[in-house]
Order: sequence, then C-alpha cells, then structure tokens
Amino acid sequence: MNITLRENIDWVGYVDWTIRDFHGYRTEQGTTYNAYLVRDEKTALIDTVKAPYRQHLLRNVLALTALSGIDYIVCNHAEPDHSGALPEVMAAIPNATLVCDQKCRAALSGYYDISDWRIRIIASGDTISLGRRTLQFVETPMLHWPESMFTYVPEEKLLFSMDAFGQHYATSQRFDDEASLSNIMAEARTYYANIVMPYGARVAATLKSAAGLDIEMIAPSHGLIWRSHIPEIMKAYGNWALCRPKPKVLIIYDTMWDSTGEMARAILEGASLPGVEVQLIYIRSSNLTRIAAESLDAATIAFGSSTLNSGMMPMAAAALTYLKGLRPAGKAGFAFGSYGWGRGGPEAIDEYMKAMKWEILRDPLKARYRPTAEILDECRSAGKLLATKAKDLAE
Amino acid sequence: MKKYVCNVCGWVYDPKVGLPEEGIDPGTSFEDLPEDFVCPECGAGKDEFSPED
Repeated sequence: MNITLRENIDWVGYVDWTIRDFHGYRTEQGTTYNAYLVRDEKTALIDTVKAPYRQHLLRNVLALTALSGIDYIVCNHAEPDHSGALPEVMAAIPNATLVCDQKCRAALSGYYDISDWRIRIIASGDTISLGRRTLQFVETPMLHWPESMFTYVPEEKLLFSMDAFGQHYATSQRFDDEASLSNIMAEARTYYANIVMPYGARVAATLKSAAGLDIEMIAPSHGLIWRSHIPEIMKAYGNWALCRPKPKVLIIYDTMWDSTGEMARAILEGASLPGVEVQLIYIRSSNLTRIAAESLDAATIAFGSSTLNSGMMPMAAAALTYLKGLRPAGKAGFAFGSYGWGRGGPEAIDEYMKAMKWEILRDPLKARYRPTAEILDECRSAGKLLATKAKDLAE
Repeated sequence: MKKYVCNVCGWVYDPKVGLPEEGIDPGTSFEDLPEDFVCPECGAGKDEFSPED
C-alpha cells in the first residue's frame, strides 16, 4: 500500500473495513480514520484515530520515526473519531505539544482530562515552521463543528482538510486515482449530505477563501486523498453547498397495508417523464443515510405515510426529523398518505415540509382506506407536477 | 441597538433585520429576544452570544 503523500509526509491512519453503523450513519463501505505524519527538522502528527485503533496508529508512526521525535500533534477536529486516541498518544509522547484552536481545547477538555497536556493555542493565519515546511492554520467553524480547522502546507500545496471532502470508504488504496472515481464521488456525496449539508453557506464561503490557496493535494480525515480529481470534488462541493438540484424526483414513503404504497407507485408513474430521474424509497427497506444522500440533489420530493395513531408512522417521523436537521434548502414537494377514521399522517408531513420552508406544490393528497381510481389519477397528475417542477428548478 | 455574535459559530444577529422566518420582527433588540432563542446556524443558546465589537 502506498502511504506516501510527499517526501516524508505519510498516512498513518486506520482502515475500518467492517464498521456499518457510524453513530447511526450507515457506512455500507466502511471508513478510514486518516492521520498523517509530517517529518522535517521538526515532526508533526496531524490528527489521530478513533480510540480502539490507537495501537495501530502508534505502530504506523513507529515504523517511520521514534515517538520521542514527534514535536507537535495537530488536532484539527475534536470529534472522537479523530481525537479518541489523543489521551494515549499524549501519554506516549510526553514531549509533544498539542496544537489546536481555542474552541478545540474547550471541546477536548470536555471529553478528556487534558490537565497534563502541553497545548499551544493557534488561530487562523498562525503558522508553525517545521524546517523546510510550514503548517498554516485556517479555522473553518461549523465545517462541521465549531472548532473544525484546516492545516495547510504551502511548500507542498497540500491541504489537510479534516472532514471536508471526506468519504466513508474503506479501500486498500489511499489516492483518488487508484480507486473507482464514481464510488469515491458517490461516497463523498453521501458524506456531504449526512455530515456537512446543514452548513452549506459556510462551505460556499470556505470554498471562496480556499480558492486563494494553491492546492495540489487534499488529504481529508476519512477516505481517499484527492490529487488527480480536485476540480471534480471542488465543483461537486460548489453544487452541494447550494443544494443545487438536478432534474430529480424523490418519492419517500412508509405504509401499513400498502394504500400509501399504491399512491406512491401512481405518483412514480406520473413523474416518470423523459429527462427526469425518479426514485422510489420505501423507508423501511432503505435507511436514513441514503434518504439524506438522495435528498441533497433532488429538486422535488413527495413524502407519504399512512395515518397511525393520529399521526405519521414512526419511521417516517424519524426520516423527517433527520432531514429537517440537515436543512436541505430550496426543495418543492407535497405530502400524501392514507387514513381510516382519524386524520393526521399526511397533515403532519405537510407541517414538516412547511417548517423546512419547502415550496408546497399542493394540499396533502389523501386516500381513505384504499385509494380509489380517481385518487390514483390524482396521484399520477401530482407526480407529473413534481417532474415538471423538477425540470424547472434544475434549469 | 447592537449586533450580537454567536461565540460558537460566528453567526451575527442584526436587530435591524430581526429573524422574520422565526417570527422575530425587524427592530427587535437582542435583549428582547425570548430566553429560549437559539442561534439559527448552530443551535447555541442566547448566553453564547456577545456584543459585536
């Protein structure tokens, strides 16, 4: 495995092949926790790994240098998948100075006993010279935590971008031109949608300021390192930051006795126009991670649920709660679903859509017990409306 | 009326603009925001805000 980014800059992280549930994020292809070692007159370790894999990290570092030779440990992000090994690493390398920003120290002190750690607080624009190379720090608040930060090495045109541009994707390769680009881009999209989407405005601003940096390599903290496809991932981030829609319709639903399912399929039929991508997602055979990923670049969304106990079904509520927090912007859609005697399912969905400030294309589409032929016709028309609107929004 | 900055994420509350989408009218001072006001960007509470320099 090639782990060398540049001369004396190496990957020392851990490939987590078997993880499938990353704090609820469905990591179908595993993930990696990327840490990097920059060896110069001074040596810096950039980030660590999740706590259970600290011995792997130390072993990787030891293969390159003695632990006593490490001068700095940079913490770009306090989340435990990158900081979990810090207590052990700081204990193993007592002479090292931890380098982080003010907010990062506050977060780390919430997670760990940091009283014995030697810490140097830095802020945006500060630099640390390692000899031939320099570490330059760029704070990127809310990308995706308050303390998130990039570390840039100008001499190597190398950006350690933390979670930005990352992918949950376990591979034996380390670089974007060694694995399938379509897989990498798909995992980058899923990652963006599930982790970064709420902060699109910050992403747009960061991309603007990053345009001033000369970048030949982007080393994120998960997945593959970008060196051959930087324009592609930058362009994708530009589109995702704005939630820029494709001509794409999503129909997401849960159903008890398939009445809402029947409505969903009629909507699908109506929405299936040339030039429009349509996806049907049955919540209980799918998962929240995929629903978020597909919502990112969809233009219009029909969301349906049967009425259960005067509300929507619980998995539909879970999906909407999750989506609402991710703040997908600029969508249009409507609610649909069946009921028996009581009301509440589609109406509750409609409320969520309004709270997300989506454009509501029509009143909730409802069927009592079973959709009649007339209701199914209405579903087809509503599907056509979704497709037409999707084309308009994508222009 | 002073602008207030969220210490966590840097979002700025401008009393001239208010936050109409959350039902806070333009002209509402930071002090007059409800105690359960949270930063629309990151969710931090009112006590995480400082007056802008």
